[in-house]
This record gives sequence, structure tokens and C-alpha cells, in this order.
Amino acid sequence: MTLNYDQAVTKYEPTLGLEVHVELNTASKMFCSCSTTFGAAPNTQTCPVCLGMPGALPVVNAKAIESSILIGLALNCSVAPFSRFARKNYFYPDMPKNFQTSQFDEPICVNGYLDVQVDTDDGVQSFRVEIERVHMEEDTGKSLHVGGATGRIHGADYSLLDYNRAGIPLVEIVTKIIPNTGKYAPQVARAYVTELRDILRSLGVSDVKMEQGSMRCDVNLSLAPIDSGKLGTRSETKNVNSLRSVERAVIGEVVRQAERLEAGERIVQETRHFLEESGQTRPGRSKEQAEDYRYFPEPDLVPVVPDSSWIEELRVLLPEKPSVRRKRLQDTWAVPDKEMAALVNAELLDVVEETILFGAEPSRARTWWLGEISRIANEKSVAPATLITPAHVAEVIALIASGDLTDKLARQVVDGVITGEGTPQEVIDSRGLKVVSDDSALMVAIEAAIAAQPDTAERIRGGNIPAAGALIGAVMKATGGQADAAKVRELLLKHLGQG
Amino acid sequence: MITIRSDASEMAEALAAGTITSVSLTEQHFEQIAKVDGAVHAFLFLDHEGALEQARAVDAKRVNGETLSPLAGVPLALKDVMAQKGVPTTCGSKILEGWRPPYDATVVTRLKEAGIVILGKTNMDEFAMGSSTENSAYGTTHNPWDLTKIPGGSGGGSSAALAAFEAPLAIGTDTGGSIRQPAAVTGTVGVKPTYGGVSRYGLIAFSSSLDQAGPCARTVLDTAMLHEVIAGHDERDSTSINLPVPQVVKAAKKLDVKGLKIGVVKELQGEGFQDGVLNRFNEALEDLVNAGAELVHVSCPSFDYALAAYYLIAPSECSSNLARFDSMRYGIRIGDDGTRSAEEVMNMTRHAGFGPEVKRRIILGTYALSSGYYDAYYGSAQKVRTLLIQDFSAAFLKADVLVSPTSPTTAFAIGQNDNNPLAMYLNDIATIPANMAGIGAMSLPSGLADEDGLPTGFHIMSPAMKDDLMYQVGGTLEAALLSKWGAPLLSKAPDLAVNS
Repeated sequence: MTLNYDQAVTKYEPTLGLEVHVELNTASKMFCSCSTTFGAAPNTQTCPVCLGMPGALPVVNAKAIESSILIGLALNCSVAPFSRFARKNYFYPDMPKNFQTSQFDEPICVNGYLDVQVDTDDGVQSFRVEIERVHMEEDTGKSLHVGGATGRIHGADYSLLDYNRAGIPLVEIVTKIIPNTGKYAPQVARAYVTELRDILRSLGVSDVKMEQGSMRCDVNLSLAPIDSGKLGTRSETKNVNSLRSVERAVIGEVVRQAERLEAGERIVQETRHFLEESGQTRPGRSKEQAEDYRYFPEPDLVPVVPDSSWIEELRVLLPEKPSVRRKRLQDTWAVPDKEMAALVNAELLDVVEETILFGAEPSRARTWWLGEISRIANEKSVAPATLITPAHVAEVIALIASGDLTDKLARQVVDGVITGEGTPQEVIDSRGLKVVSDDSALMVAIEAAIAAQPDTAERIRGGNIPAAGALIGAVMKATGGQADAAKVRELLLKHLGQG
Repeated sequence: MITIRSDASEMAEALAAGTITSVSLTEQHFEQIAKVDGAVHAFLFLDHEGALEQARAVDAKRVNGETLSPLAGVPLALKDVMAQKGVPTTCGSKILEGWRPPYDATVVTRLKEAGIVILGKTNMDEFAMGSSTENSAYGTTHNPWDLTKIPGGSGGGSSAALAAFEAPLAIGTDTGGSIRQPAAVTGTVGVKPTYGGVSRYGLIAFSSSLDQAGPCARTVLDTAMLHEVIAGHDERDSTSINLPVPQVVKAAKKLDVKGLKIGVVKELQGEGFQDGVLNRFNEALEDLVNAGAELVHVSCPSFDYALAAYYLIAPSECSSNLARFDSMRYGIRIGDDGTRSAEEVMNMTRHAGFGPEVKRRIILGTYALSSGYYDAYYGSAQKVRTLLIQDFSAAFLKADVLVSPTSPTTAFAIGQNDNNPLAMYLNDIATIPANMAGIGAMSLPSGLADEDGLPTGFHIMSPAMKDDLMYQVGGTLEAALLSKWGAPLLSKAPDLAVNS
């Protein structure tokens, strides 16, 4: 039986859990001094430690500890006075030691929360997402499976291993189960990951580029009949790599699980992979028999015992929370909720704020970024902020305000800047985009239009003002759109005795 | 006249005085190795070129009047568990056959910086698991006192090399007694420093929380001199202690134990200990009393559980430490014929590459760490470890050092314990508590057992980072015994070079 999302959430209550892996942007790896630069030639950023050579030993990167504590503090966690690394034992060719140095029952930060805002039928509502733990671990290397149809290990002719990524510091942020989101589960999931990403970015601890894998999200989801008071069996959708995909993955899993339950089947506890094209998930490995990782405290490392005065120093360094900042900006700019949400969703806060700092009037700055620039960005499938600088947008807005550009001309200027023709002034000069405000030049065009359409002119003289549109259009066409239409209208009506 | 039978300290003096060169000394040792190692099999690899190059460099520096470290130019045998750049390093295992490390262990770096000449790599039980070197994938080492006997283990190669005068200095590693028990059964000296006193960087791990590299030699002073070369903080080892190295050379030269309290551990004698071993032990206690020490009797009741707990912790850690030997990056690779998966190749490599004792311990450790068994096994063993530390703390309130026989018996016959791993494990009953508590311990010769005329060992344990105390007691006892014997114990060993 086929259900759509809305039908599914009228029968079933979704319960979310989110695990986010973040690559820290430290200069060196978690346990050795190798560089972490992205994109280097394979196996050039390795040493005996991160290759797991016999005898090599790890040493903790102090910067990674600092970043982890900052993350914990920003997420309202308590920082453990004593935490330890643990070995997670399993075999995989791209894991040099065949154990991952991670944290298990003694993570560095625990028990935090993050409040996120979601647009609901009843206006913007706040949901509290509780954080269970923040822990540190090292990344694995990368396997490239060559040959075979799927690019997966099964059926491949051979595999290539690149250990550059092995040992890059990761922080995993795990939520407690997130109950009572109801039908807003997809939006809550997205809002949480967005807010988390904004926090991590404001802390400067990670590049948080989901498309490059420096931030990856696992979506855990289960369904239970509404008001049953129970929790269903969950699936874990791994490595969802965009904000939009987080939302779609939740929707996809709600629909899939609801269909199964409707058909009287049970949900298998398993990992699943998100399929970008369809928004659906496909099964990964079963977790019915829990894998035994044989965790035990890492004997090669000493416990992490951060000084409490150091923690307080770090707390002072915390930047303004993105949610607090949003509230402040919304108040200062006097933006309605919906538009604020649109700005946040489109990740335009930074550029709008900067554009305003360059002197633009807030409502105009917002309109330009949300409107014309976002439209072009959508066409090109890029982020708006990559197209044009806030300084140039502010310059264009100033030229409109001074009457040097019309809105229509301004759009052409922006287009020119985006296509790389230079600064707004350079585009204006090279394209000759100047408002024709010279009355006599306009009058020549107006008279030509009247001469070409004498009947229309007669009707206007007779009091049919709306008929002026045709003549204004003709004038605008004749001037190549460089005239100020309001000015043309004023001159035309005056000339025909209607001013 | 300096010969291969001289002490390392004497060799060092002669080198400093210019009466002998390092090249000549090194060549003499290679000659001795050529004569006797066919019978002893202490070495797995001889680095003639590298050693002579090091020796020439030291000689050249000395000619140039450069300031050199006290042991510069003295040869040394390195246990094959230490990574040495460019030199085959096998850990006594097939699985690492042909591997040449791309880096030096910190201990090796310090030896090289001190101008100590590394002759080659010595035999050991595979991955340091064993008490006889019989678990080496490359053949058993024979005890120079009696070639039909084991030389102890896992560091039997290093100790046999000392006893056969193939090297005056050696490096061992000690996880449960692998320096001290071989020292005891070969009539040599071996020290396990305080855990964290010597860097483990480059020591191929068996059990990370127990492994400790240490110095081996034929005298307490020589051992102390080597100790000071290799000890000290290393930022590459997080568990390395950042404190000044105890002054062990000064302590070894003190030759005075007046006012020191020697604690005799009740649980480390009696049943299971050979009479001859106990006789020599008790005589040594008298010697210490005669030298002015005071004997106190202490009880450490949790020692009864030390062996059992050790055989949970060490295998648990080894099951994880040895997971990296999967043929992906180094060592041998079996079954990679293009038809098999990486998983199958890993399996076949580990099946072919590890010997039975290593497999036994990996299986034990994997089981002990398994979900549902962890608390009962690994968790309980860690609690025993805490109890052992408490027992030691209490005992060290009553005594400055604790003593016992090193090994319950003298060297046993090769092959004797082939089918009895438990009997083999009991060799380390007296040595294991020190590893579990992380304290320093030494074995030095106490004489020959009445029954078989084979060497017996005297075991001294000192509090953490008070390694100087065991050197002080060991040096004093050694002097007393030497004056009683009239000559070093090893002079009574058969001269293997005579009939070669």
C-alpha cells in the first residue's frame, strides 16, 4: 500500500536521532603531526603513526581537544573533568591499525541541548534538541574500488587505499532521541543540522562543508503508532551530505517505514544509504546482531583531564550564538518571521549583514539578495554569496537611491558583475547603462512616439490616461530601457495636457 | 687488557683512553659471534656494515677530540622487537618477514646518539610472547650454560648474547618478565625500568600498558650506564614520564645499603620454587644483612591473582595491538592472487603469519574483551591491578625495596613445556606483579643452583621512579657475591668458543 508523507504522519509518530561527524580544521592530524590539507596526492600526508606502523604511538593534538571543548560549551554541555580514548576494534583495509581510536563510555562532553526554530502551521515554534555526547575520534583512510559496476567493494577488480585522511580529527555529536516533533520531524532535523553547522562555523573549528564531507550526518529514525507511547525499531541512514538531504532523508524514511508497518511487516534494524536522486534510502548492513567492537580504554594515551580554569577561558572565547545573532539582526532590521526564515534557509545572513555594513538600507539589501541574486544563483546552482560581493551589492543599491540607476538597469549591472565584467561602475561604463534623465533627449523620443501613434495621443488628450502605457513603452524601447519610466510618464502627460 | 669478556664500563674506559678502538672492539665481537652463534643462535640479523660504520664514526669523533657519551663505541645487541630504520625487524614472527622499518625507535635513536654500536637484532619469542624463545618463528636460542636448555624469554636472544660474550650490552623489553627471567637463567643482569621511564616509541607493542624496554648487561654498573642512555621523557610516547631520570649509575656505585629496609615478599617463595633457587636467594639475603641492610617481611596477598589477571590484560591488549598485521601495508601477504577479497587475504596472511602461542593469546584476548564478558574478565583483571598497586604501596611503606627469586626454577630443557602453556606461564609468577603495577625491577645473578649447576636470579623491585634504589641494592649485593666467588659467575660457564 502506498502512503504519502502527510498520510504517514497522521498515523505514526516519528522519533528522530541525529549523529553528526565533523572534521576539525586543525593543521595537523589527531595523533601525529601530518598535514590535514584537503586534496593532496594520495598517501603523501602520512607517517609511521597514521599508517599504523609497528611500534608507532599516538600523541593527542591539543588543538583538537580545545576545539572539542569549545563545541561542547557552545552546545550547553558539561565538559568531563576526566575522559578517555578507547579503541573500537574492527578490521577494514582503510583503517591502518584495524582499530579506530575513539571515545566510548567516557566522552569529553555530555548532556547539552540546542534550541531550533521551525516554521509551523502555528507560526515559528522552538524545539529543544538534547545532546547526549560530544566525543573525539580519528577518521579512517579512503578506499577506491576500481572496476565492477557499482564502485562498491563487491565486484571490484581491485581497490586503492589512500591514508591521507587516516587520523584526521573528527568530533561526533550525538543527540538524545528527539521526541514529539510530529509531522515537523524533517524540518526539525534540518533546522538542527543547520544550527549546528552555523555554530561550528562561528566557532571556527571546522570547514563544515557537507559536500566535501567535512560534516556528515547520520539520520536515525523510527515510527510508532501515534499515542502508543512506544518507540519503534530504528534505521540509521548514513552520511547524508546536505541540509536538504537531511530533510528529504527523514521524509523518505517516514514514508518507507510507514508503508512497511501498514503492510504488517517489521522494520529491520539496519544502516541505510541515502539516494540523492530519488530521496529514498537503500539498505546497508544489518544491525540486528549488534557488532561487537570490543571497546577498551586506549592504553597508549593518557586520560584527558582539562584544567577547569582553561575551560572557563574557553567559555569566554565563545562567539555570539547564531540563534542569538539571528534574533538581534531580526530586531535591528525589523524583518518579518517568514522573510527571516527565508534569509536563514538561503544562508544569506552574513552577506546581508555585510551589505548593510557597506551602507545599504536593510530592506533593500534583503530584497536584492533574496530576489535577483538568489534567482541567478538558483539558475547556476551555486550559493548566492559566491556570485557577487556585499560591497558591490551595496554600491548598486546606492546608485538606485541616487537615481543613477533604475531597478531594471541595476539588474543589468548585477548581471554584468556576476558574469565577470568588473565592478558595478565598470559595468555601467562598458555597457553604457546610464539613466537618460536629460529632458530634451526624452522629449525627442516622446514626440517621435506621438507622431507614430497619433490616435493613442488623441485618446490621452481626451482623458484616457491608461492609454499612456503604449506611448511610454515606445519611449522606453527607443531609449534602450535607459530612461526612468516615471519621468517619461510625467513628461508625456504634461506634453499632452494631462500633467 | 680489554677482551670480549671485559665489562662494558671497562671497554668504555679503554675506548676513552684510546687504548682500543671501537672498530677493533666491534670486530672482536663479530668474531666471537661467528664462533659461537651457530650453537647459541642469539642473533636473527647481523648488521656488519652498519655496526662498523657506527664504530668508525665514533673512532673518528674521538680522534677529533669531540666530547662523547660514556658508552660511545661499545657494541650492543638489540632485541628484534625494536624498530631500527632500514634493518630487518621481525619480532620473531613470520608475519613481519622482510619488513625494514622506515624509522628508528626512540631507544635506537638514543643509542645511536650515544655512539653505541648496534651489532644486530636478537632472537625472541614471537611478539615477545613466551619464556623460552621457543616461540620464535626463526628457531630457538640455546642457553650458553647448557645448550640443551632454554635461555629464557621472550628476550632470550639478548641475554644469551651477553652470556656467550657476543655483546657486552643488550636491549630487552619486559611485559611480564621478558628481561628479568632470561637474565636470571643466563647469569646476567636485566632491568625493567619504571613504566614510562623509557620511551615505548618504536617498541612493537605486545601489551601497551605493561611493555617496558630496558637495559641488559653482565654487571649492575654496565646496566645502569645503559639505563641512563635510553631513559628519559619522549614526547612521542604519551605514557612517558616527564621527570628527571633517577641517578642509577651513581646508585650502582654506592656499594652501601646501611639503613635500607629490604622487604621479603611472603607470596613469592615456597611452593613451586626450586630448592637451589631458594638457597641462593636466602644466602643473598644474608649477604645484604651483612652489608648493613635490615630485612622486613611483607605480605602482598593480591599477588596470588597477578598471573591470572595478567593473562587477561596482556592478551586483551595484544588482540588489538596485533590487529594491524593484515598484509595491507607491510610484512608478508598470502593468497593475493587476484581472485580473493582483501578480507580473505588478511585471513590467510594472519593464519600463515602468526604462530600458535600468538594465536592462542589473540583468541584469549578477543574473548576477554567481548561484549558480555568484558566486565567479568578485562574489568575484573583491572581491579586486580588496582589491588596489586595498593599491595605495593603498603609494602613500600615498610620497605625501601622488595625482593624475591626472579624465576622459580633454573633454565628448563628445550621442549619440556611444549604442550603445557600453563607451566610455561608460571615462570613469570614473581616478575609479573611489577609490570602490573608499573614499578621498576631488576634481576641479577645470585649463584648456581645445587641441583643442576645452572644460574639463579635475585629479584629486586623498587617504587616507581625510584629505580636508583634497586641499583643501589643490586650493586651492593653483586660486590658481596663477587668477593665470595672470587670471579664473575659467568667465568664458570663453558667456553663455547674453545671447541668451535
